[in-house]
Amino acid sequence: MSNRNNISSQAQGVDWTVVWLYAILVSIGILCIFMVEYRVDTNWLQTFLGGKTNYSKQLIFAGFCAVVATFILLTDSKLFTAFANLMYAFGILLMLATFVIGKNISGSKSWIPLVGGFNLQPVEVCKIFTALALAKFLSRQETDFTKLKSQILAGVICLLPAVISVAQHESGMALVYFSFFLVMFREGLSPLVLILGFSFVALIISTLLIEPNTLAIILTGIALLVIYLLRKSIKKSKGILYLILVIWFACVGIQRFAVPFIFNNVLECYQSARVYSAFGKDYDCSLNKRSAKKTDKAPRKPDDYNVRQSKIAIGSGGLTGRGFLKGTQTRGKYVPEQHTDFIFASLGEAFGFIGSFVFLMIYLFLLFRIIKIAERQRSTFSRVYAYSVASIMFFHIAFNICMTIGLFPSPGVTLPLISYGGSSLMSFTILIFILLRLDADRQMVLR
Amino acid sequence: MPVFNQSRGRIIQIIFAVVFLVMIGQLINLQLFSVKYKLAAENNALLRKVIYPDRGIIFDRKGKAILENTISYDLQVIPSEAKGVDTASLCSLLNIDTAEYRKRIRDLIFKNGYVKPSIFEPLLTVEMFARLNENIYKFPGFSLTERSVRTYPYSVAGHVLGYIREVDTSFLRRHKDEGYQMGDYAGMTGLERSYEKVLMGQRGVKNYIRDNKSRIQGPYENGMYDTAAVAGKNIHLSLDVELQKLGEKLMSNKVGSIVAIDPQTGGILCMVSAPTYDPNYLTGSQQRRHFADLLLDPRLPLNNRGLGTYYSPGSTFKTVVGLIGLSEGVIDEHTTVNCPGYFTGCGTGKPKCLDKGVFNFKDAVAHSDNSYFSTVYKRTLDQPRYRGADSALAVFNSYAYTFGLGRRLGVDLPSEKKGNLPVSADYRKIFGPRWYSCNVISNAIGQGEVNTTLVQLANVMAIIANKGWFYTPHLVDSIEGGDEYNLLDPYKIKHHTDNRIPDTVYSAVQDGMQAVVEYGTAVRSRIPGIIMCGKTGTVENYAKGKKQPDHSFFGAFAPRDKPRIAIAVICENSDQGARVAAPIASLIVEKYLRDSIAGPARKAMIEEYTNKVYIPPLMRIEIAKKDSLRRLKENQQMLEQKLNKKETDDASDDDSAKPETEPGNPPATPAKKVPIPKKSGETPTAALTIEDRKYKKQLTK
Repeated sequence: MSNRNNISSQAQGVDWTVVWLYAILVSIGILCIFMVEYRVDTNWLQTFLGGKTNYSKQLIFAGFCAVVATFILLTDSKLFTAFANLMYAFGILLMLATFVIGKNISGSKSWIPLVGGFNLQPVEVCKIFTALALAKFLSRQETDFTKLKSQILAGVICLLPAVISVAQHESGMALVYFSFFLVMFREGLSPLVLILGFSFVALIISTLLIEPNTLAIILTGIALLVIYLLRKSIKKSKGILYLILVIWFACVGIQRFAVPFIFNNVLECYQSARVYSAFGKDYDCSLNKRSAKKTDKAPRKPDDYNVRQSKIAIGSGGLTGRGFLKGTQTRGKYVPEQHTDFIFASLGEAFGFIGSFVFLMIYLFLLFRIIKIAERQRSTFSRVYAYSVASIMFFHIAFNICMTIGLFPSPGVTLPLISYGGSSLMSFTILIFILLRLDADRQMVLR
Repeated sequence: MPVFNQSRGRIIQIIFAVVFLVMIGQLINLQLFSVKYKLAAENNALLRKVIYPDRGIIFDRKGKAILENTISYDLQVIPSEAKGVDTASLCSLLNIDTAEYRKRIRDLIFKNGYVKPSIFEPLLTVEMFARLNENIYKFPGFSLTERSVRTYPYSVAGHVLGYIREVDTSFLRRHKDEGYQMGDYAGMTGLERSYEKVLMGQRGVKNYIRDNKSRIQGPYENGMYDTAAVAGKNIHLSLDVELQKLGEKLMSNKVGSIVAIDPQTGGILCMVSAPTYDPNYLTGSQQRRHFADLLLDPRLPLNNRGLGTYYSPGSTFKTVVGLIGLSEGVIDEHTTVNCPGYFTGCGTGKPKCLDKGVFNFKDAVAHSDNSYFSTVYKRTLDQPRYRGADSALAVFNSYAYTFGLGRRLGVDLPSEKKGNLPVSADYRKIFGPRWYSCNVISNAIGQGEVNTTLVQLANVMAIIANKGWFYTPHLVDSIEGGDEYNLLDPYKIKHHTDNRIPDTVYSAVQDGMQAVVEYGTAVRSRIPGIIMCGKTGTVENYAKGKKQPDHSFFGAFAPRDKPRIAIAVICENSDQGARVAAPIASLIVEKYLRDSIAGPARKAMIEEYTNKVYIPPLMRIEIAKKDSLRRLKENQQMLEQKLNKKETDDASDDDSAKPETEPGNPPATPAKKVPIPKKSGETPTAALTIEDRKYKKQLTK
């Protein structure tokens, strides 16, 4: 009796809206994978029960995730605050371990083989630990986030896994770790950081789009205009003039030297080419030093086949789509990786604009719901964690969908709860259900 | 402090919303406003497959199918699935070596991709199909697929029926808007060509979904946009296949032609062109090579001599000269002309005549008296009322044109020649403006500039039989399901000859022609119990300045009352008209009228004329040249082979014996080889193929 009471008290305060949204999204995901794998002439029930196909595997993952979710809901919230740092250390260790025992799957050595043919990608799981660690760090009583030192420390906590994953050639996942800057912004990080970051991205894009000399002239023009507009303030203090000149100099320097340097020396040829092709440009791989170093022969020019096919599939959906299981592009397997990274393409083809719109709204609703949950927390730990969940999911969704619709170079991140893959599904399940556990105890002050 | 930052939660929400708005904006752009993605998707996934209907079947007048479709099998392979194939046993079944196998697979992968089915060996022979069918389970990735091919069950009438061939670029250029594409087959000669529209049927289209490797996934939209193929219409001919068979048999080892027409309908009963070929020789996988063989043959077996070649009609033209002379009134039936051995009218001693004496019209026809018809022709041109040869010739021609001479008749076969009726302009060029009848007197006996095709000649016979009217000769009697393209309309118009010719004139000519068979030149070709009217022709001809053996002509119709068959026969460079063409014609006529040849003597005649060999001497020389060139090559090959053998393995007795005997063989072969023309139905065709194979094999060894 007491046990039952215990369970019902545990279930109390759980945000069922999020649970339902979670369930809906996972179901959509399994349907999408089924849609991709479906063959007219095969008996799908048989293959489904055989457990050999990806959709039945995903269903098994989902069942496993439900068990894990239940366990999480049954745990004590204090567990997470207590073990946050330890788990973070464990996560980093796992990521480092891939260098030793990692398994190479599609070009990135970031997988650890587990029993039963399943593989674990530590970088996926490490997001949870990082979110917990960041929450733990910011909720410490001695942390004063207005201080630069703690800001830098928080940044290091977030970016350490990112650095490791870049070393594993999983740069897409590394990008996701930048989502923690949104959290830090919420916790008091100067908006300047976000603005600077945004400006830097804008500058890179304009460098790609506009011819270098023209861009330099435009930048100079903007600088002169600002000086003209601020001529009265400049008269009062010369400092502003110097600041403007320094910014102008930095901008020109970046577009002239830093951006080409990044593309030619830091990024791999295929990455540069992807970025270029996202903006409709061709990247000349012979300029790329890293590719040139690795292979003697001229690097092959990769084209944007994936994105082109994905755009075709989505575009052919039209307003109402071709209907469930009727997508010709999906059935013809024209979009590569259409059960993982490009799963949105088959969804867009089958259900058209209406379906895609509804789907995105479900996501947005979930995100807003999480932010609402975040804002009702009493403890900083829970709030920071909730924002982390929202930001991570937002980054995943934004990167993935922008990639499939050709707005962003493909970084190779999964669509949360939809894409095929146990690691991804599991990590998002854990992320969300820890949040729900913390939220259920929102009256508690956790440190 | 958290309270202070609460507004930032709002900002984050706004950031989320903005990014989602951007994504939705792009979705609107892609899904609602871009047409090109739909098109691109269709290009990706839609596979339009043209479904070829069966071509129409061609039946003879008795409803026997003489050109129909049969199923042939191709050996098909999907390279990606052809793993673990017992290559050695497959190769031994197909008579190829493993190097060839690997080369073919490599080529197919290069041409058609790794995962798509490609044809490994097209049009398998029957025994090869049987062997493969038993063993196909041993060869994963290989399968046998059906395909429809044309077949000629009687192996006759190759020229008439024609053949289909893969279209080439020039064909596609000429038939731009008719929906042909590369790889299609279309009729190239004969009825296959002239009735292509009817026979080809209507092609259908099936839409499939294909995957990224072009494998078919299933029908597109459950076949909503598919169109069914409509089979080609069947055609019924006036041709009698038994008659055609007999004609081809009689014409074996000769060069020439037979055309027989039903005078009542204009329907062609048989059209033989010798040498002929087995039309099945031009179907199947070896078509290209066989085609080249026939094309290079000096006897020009691909030429339809029934209408694709024109000849001087010789004495058979005398019937026309007589008709016009009688109509013009320059003579009547009782006019007599003396022949002292030559024509006296022009003082040149030409043309000569064989039977000396005085002839009236009937006897002049019966004995083919040159003097008589020279007189008639000269009188016709010299008529004072026309004031000069120019206009007199024009009058003569105005009669002749209504006989279908000098112009294309419009037979429903391609490449008909129009022959020639000389006009005064031609003679003004040669003889100047003051030319006169004696310049052109050889026209009187069909030896001058007058040229006719054999169909025209047969048609003239039909006109005489009908006493002045004819239907344009044609092969197709009816089209099943209606004549959609109005192809048969020209053959329903009754043509009349010049109305100045009264019936009595035809009767007079018929009398003469009946006398030809009864006691005249063609008396040996009389058919007991059948009144046949005929006219022989013996045409002198020269080639390269040397006199060649005469062309043998015969034109006839029978029976005289209610004529049922009109016929013309030519046998090039053979003998007098009465000796070759007339007997052949009589056999055809009897066969048609009685369905069989009566009496042992007449039956023996069939064999006699079948076995006669008349290959023109010039062709003989060409054939010998060609064969000696081939032999030279063979010998060289053999020598090399011998050397190789010696180098590699000296000990084997079996092998060394062979090359020694074979070079000795050729001197014996030419005698056999030369006179064997390709003849339908029987072994010669096969013999040629075997020879070729041997030759090819030696080349490849």
